[in-house]
Amino acid sequence: MIKPETLLCPSPAGLYCPPGDFYVDPTRPVARAVITHGHSDHARSGHGAVLATVETLAIMEARYGAEFAGQTQILAYGTPIQHKDVEIVLQPAGHILGSAQAVVRWKDCRIVVSGDYKRRRDPTCVPFVPVPCDVFVSEATFGLPVFRHPDDREEIAKLLRSVAQFPGRTHLVGAYALGKAQRIICLLREAGYGDTIYIHGALQRLNDLYESFGVALGPLAPATTERKKDFEGAIVIAPPSAVADRWARRFPDPVAAFASGWMRVRARARQRGVELPLVISDHADWDELTTTVKEVNPGELWVTHGEEEALLRWAHLEGVKARALSLVGYNDDEEEA
Amino acid sequence: MRAFAHLLDRLSFTPSRNAKLVLVRDYLREAPDPERGWALAALTGALAFSAAKPAFIRKAIEERCDPELFKLSYDYVGDLAETVALIWPARRGANREPEFSEVIEALRIASRGQVQSLLEGWLDALDANERWALLKLVTGGLRVGVSARLAKQAAADMGGVDVSEVEEVWHTQSPPYEDLFAWLEKRSEKPSPDAPGRFRPVMLAQAIDEETDFAKFDPSDYAAEWKWDGIRVQAVNERGIKRLYTRTADDISHAFPDMLDAMSFEGVIDGELLVMREGRVAPFGDLQQRLNRKTADAKLMAKYPAFIRAYDLLLDGTNDLRHLPFRQRRARLESFVGEAHSLRIDLSPLQSFETWEELRALRAHPPEGDPKSAEGLMLKRWDSIYEAGRPKGPWFKWKRDPFLIDAVLMYAQRGHGKRSSFYSDYTFGVWREDEEGTRALTPVGKAYFGFTDEELRQVDKFVRDNTVERFGPVRSVRADKDFGLVMEVAFEGLQRSARHKSGVAMRFPRISRLRWDKPAREADELQTLEKMLERD
Repeated sequence: MIKPETLLCPSPAGLYCPPGDFYVDPTRPVARAVITHGHSDHARSGHGAVLATVETLAIMEARYGAEFAGQTQILAYGTPIQHKDVEIVLQPAGHILGSAQAVVRWKDCRIVVSGDYKRRRDPTCVPFVPVPCDVFVSEATFGLPVFRHPDDREEIAKLLRSVAQFPGRTHLVGAYALGKAQRIICLLREAGYGDTIYIHGALQRLNDLYESFGVALGPLAPATTERKKDFEGAIVIAPPSAVADRWARRFPDPVAAFASGWMRVRARARQRGVELPLVISDHADWDELTTTVKEVNPGELWVTHGEEEALLRWAHLEGVKARALSLVGYNDDEEEA
Repeated sequence: MRAFAHLLDRLSFTPSRNAKLVLVRDYLREAPDPERGWALAALTGALAFSAAKPAFIRKAIEERCDPELFKLSYDYVGDLAETVALIWPARRGANREPEFSEVIEALRIASRGQVQSLLEGWLDALDANERWALLKLVTGGLRVGVSARLAKQAAADMGGVDVSEVEEVWHTQSPPYEDLFAWLEKRSEKPSPDAPGRFRPVMLAQAIDEETDFAKFDPSDYAAEWKWDGIRVQAVNERGIKRLYTRTADDISHAFPDMLDAMSFEGVIDGELLVMREGRVAPFGDLQQRLNRKTADAKLMAKYPAFIRAYDLLLDGTNDLRHLPFRQRRARLESFVGEAHSLRIDLSPLQSFETWEELRALRAHPPEGDPKSAEGLMLKRWDSIYEAGRPKGPWFKWKRDPFLIDAVLMYAQRGHGKRSSFYSDYTFGVWREDEEGTRALTPVGKAYFGFTDEELRQVDKFVRDNTVERFGPVRSVRADKDFGLVMEVAFEGLQRSARHKSGVAMRFPRISRLRWDKPAREADELQTLEKMLERD
């Protein structure tokens, strides 16, 4: 087999593929980029040409405007295309709407760049598809054995129980605007919550986009009204930073909730002044990371970003050859996790 | 175990007292007997296990987890019990998930050797949150910000009764409190409070309104005495059962064996618990050395000898005096204390006065000796019976004017609940000169109330506009000789403190006024505070 590094190697702009002359999720503008998903640390504007799923391209357009790249090309899940000598396939990553793993093959070597991913069910996106490979490139945002996300239905039940217990207060749920917010809304609907959910203005466009791709969100309304009383007993979803902001003052005695994998650690919740931590993440937890590696059974594991030290230790104990790529520029926005 | 773990989890993140009450009340409503009774016992501190030491927990996890992975995790999480709770590899199906009451009942009878294997079996069967709750329970101290008083209030709320009713029967009840819940759920009569050594709900005073009250009241209707600076207690010796209670019915007998020994009377005294040295009341800080402890050793008792200054007599022998007017109770108290002949119990002397003006002068200029450190005066109607609670009219407290200083806002922290988007907790400082003669601010206290909502908005804006640095929820604010927000801070007293950089600690500080008009450089000096130490 060829040396995998000749197919894909870390570079200052991100993972680079020399035989195809393109980057995967580059962190600075490049001529050609394959984008795994729409979160801003992976999908930046200003590239010459972008290859991604239709949903990811739509998200980039919604966030950066129509001129976000010189040219774009849609690639559906599971459809191989050939670029120079390299075959590229996008497979679902289960992270957010449109998220994909980039599977690249050249000669006899196949590398899967998983991007960010998770393994549990998410009503807003297509589930992760494991692809056997020579090298599996994984994130490790929650790469410590203390991160084991509970069942998201239980976390939603916790929220709904609190809403019933404190009918005079507004439950203000901090959730990342892309992916997490829509997933929380869907999970609430699945749990039988049919009331209007109030949303911060920053979520509007992305909610509309999700609905245009067939993700039904139920009755929503902007969280703007003159009367505090209107929000008694209501659920409001907002970007995490807005919860501590002056914006939150319009609500009566708000219960500050935050949906994130980081909420698993009590000190993190306390630091943010969160009263109702909801451990709901769009990233793989420790068990998902380790079972995925076992499942795709790669010759080598490359870890891009996060708590790579513990995952490397685990790989060592399991006899999996592994290395840290130490790519910079991902996850600088921890609110997304 | 799930419901109890959920309750502890929520309590640990809930800052507001009212929200905590709702959480505990709802739990008590929904959980079955005997689980809720054990939970109430755990919350009130009536149930304490120290079955597992941190060393055991560490050892148990190291057998199940790679030490390197554990170390990385512990470094990240920072708390041993929490790390273990999160990292413990669940063996679903290995064991049945235990009920909370099952856990308690097993722990109560298990020997030390058995505890460890019990614990490991439970940890295998529970989820992360439940493991955390279990580890908190067995390592002693839940520390979720719930006082015994709050738990009793929640029980009272659950039954729609006044908390004094719960307190009255509390000491006749024992975990898991099935009779108590039967009464609160109106399935049975109120348990008889008539058990020897029980607590009697205390009578509390209203704050006097100097503007209006004195004009209405006749001085001859009232007795006056000092409000001593200790803690209010009820000393009970009934049919040989001796107890010392706080005014919220917490039994603190175990921490004051010296006081219990001295209670050779038969009856119930209402008084102030103090530390007395050479016939003089010691500062409140000395008493604090003896509070919140499980026991007291000989050295501690010798250094901080406990003492009661009696205010009132509720029970004389077996005679309940509470229906009698204060004048008669007082007369009985005087002979009661005299007959007790105790070196550790004396009488709080009444202060004679003819006019309110006379009393005002006394309050402003207390004579040398113990009154110098009194918190103020108490006024009691001569004809007042001893009523539980805080009735309007018969008793008043007339506190001394607070100490005031002008300090400069240095740090602000975000609040919680209604205040979660406001910087509402303020650390303020005063000027101090270092060895080189440079003036710098040194923090002297922290306060989070005393201002109006409108003032809060103004200070919040000031904080946001003048932030120098951020650390998590805290911002440091520009404060130097040329710029800063001066706050007039009121407080009740000052103590020396080695724990504070400034060397002083304030009691009950609050913001009394915002001094937008005052230049920061004109705020007070640390020396001013040091002089106040002498006045105290």
